[in-house]
Amino acid sequence: MIDEGLKNELAKQGVFVTSVQELYNWGRSNSVWPLSFGLACCAIEMMAASMARFDISRFGSEVFRPSPRQADLMIVAGTVTKKMAPQVVRLYNQMPEPKYVIAMGACAISGGPFKQGYNVLKGIDRFLPVDIHIPGCPPRPEALLHALITLQEKIAGQPLTGPERPRHLNAAVSGEYPVPEFGPHDLQPPRNDGLWKPLPLVRPT
Amino acid sequence: MKSLETLQAELTAALACSLELVPNPAVPAQSSLRIRSDQALALAHFLRDTPDWQFDFCSNVTGIDWPDRTEKIKVKRLVDGVEKEVEETRTVPGFLEVVYHLYSIARQDGPLILRQRTANRDTDTTVTSLTPVWRSCEFQEREVFDLFGVRFDGHPDLRRILMWDGFVDFPMRKDYVEPDDYEYEPTPHDEVLERAQRHYPAGEAAA
Repeated sequence: MIDEGLKNELAKQGVFVTSVQELYNWGRSNSVWPLSFGLACCAIEMMAASMARFDISRFGSEVFRPSPRQADLMIVAGTVTKKMAPQVVRLYNQMPEPKYVIAMGACAISGGPFKQGYNVLKGIDRFLPVDIHIPGCPPRPEALLHALITLQEKIAGQPLTGPERPRHLNAAVSGEYPVPEFGPHDLQPPRNDGLWKPLPLVRPT
Repeated sequence: MKSLETLQAELTAALACSLELVPNPAVPAQSSLRIRSDQALALAHFLRDTPDWQFDFCSNVTGIDWPDRTEKIKVKRLVDGVEKEVEETRTVPGFLEVVYHLYSIARQDGPLILRQRTANRDTDTTVTSLTPVWRSCEFQEREVFDLFGVRFDGHPDLRRILMWDGFVDFPMRKDYVEPDDYEYEPTPHDEVLERAQRHYPAGEAAA
């Protein structure tokens, strides 16, 4: 790795020095194309973020793709019902690597006001690996932009070699997750236990 | 709108049907007419097509679950040769009810509230569909079928609408037991608190 101070000094002299990793991550972190896909009221805020006032294209993400085959980012914007959950997982499986997930809003991260109901998933992270969670009901477009910037920082910080390298550079890791089936009372399985590992909770006495 | 009593008398005279007036003593005072399922279709056509009424729009269809309940009644019994008044409990069988809210756009009138009841809650849960009369009933009757399990005779496309096809329960019934999948909730209360206590015993890590 090149020394940061030396790099700045060289840049002042008109010499631009970079590494393949930085260039590669700079390219892909500034062209994150989301899947145009909304589930509930959060999707309205997502649309607002893509319009001129908030202008998500400042961050290279204005190209909402109608096909999962062309998308890099899934913004789960809204309530995921149990009836919709298999389709959401299937869409994720159809996206090519590298792919990322932003869970937007209270419903997508935890079930929100419908958490203890019979037909709402208690968060999409039961079935998908979520990179960024945004709280809010619904979150402001600024919050979505903040999540996008956080995701860009995460992508820019990913090493291209070693055990921490992203999934698309690691042939041993699969980017597909099992699609839950409709059971007689609930989804089968109700959560992906290999993925969803909540911290043990203790109720105070 | 003319009073429900007028309507009841008129309908009884015109169609020779039996109607029960279900009063609502609460503040909204929206009383309703309970109709019999075998007469429902003729009555609905009459309400829609008679120039005096012209109920051309069904705005709302909903369901109510009335579970079995016990009530105390006083009966006279011979106790030790003496006739006494004894309190006894008896079980009133439950039923499902479907409620329709009708409006007349032509006469700027409404709502007229109709009710249909099923015979019981498990074996005979059929009522007559009013979708052939008011198209707007179609999805709402499907929803009542989905969430309460009321079967609508004459409905063109009776399948589940909110839950998936393989789902077997009826979530809006009072005796519905939801999957036991409680997860952390910052401010549990009532039933949710009971579930929280069951899943997260105080002072112990969750299983």
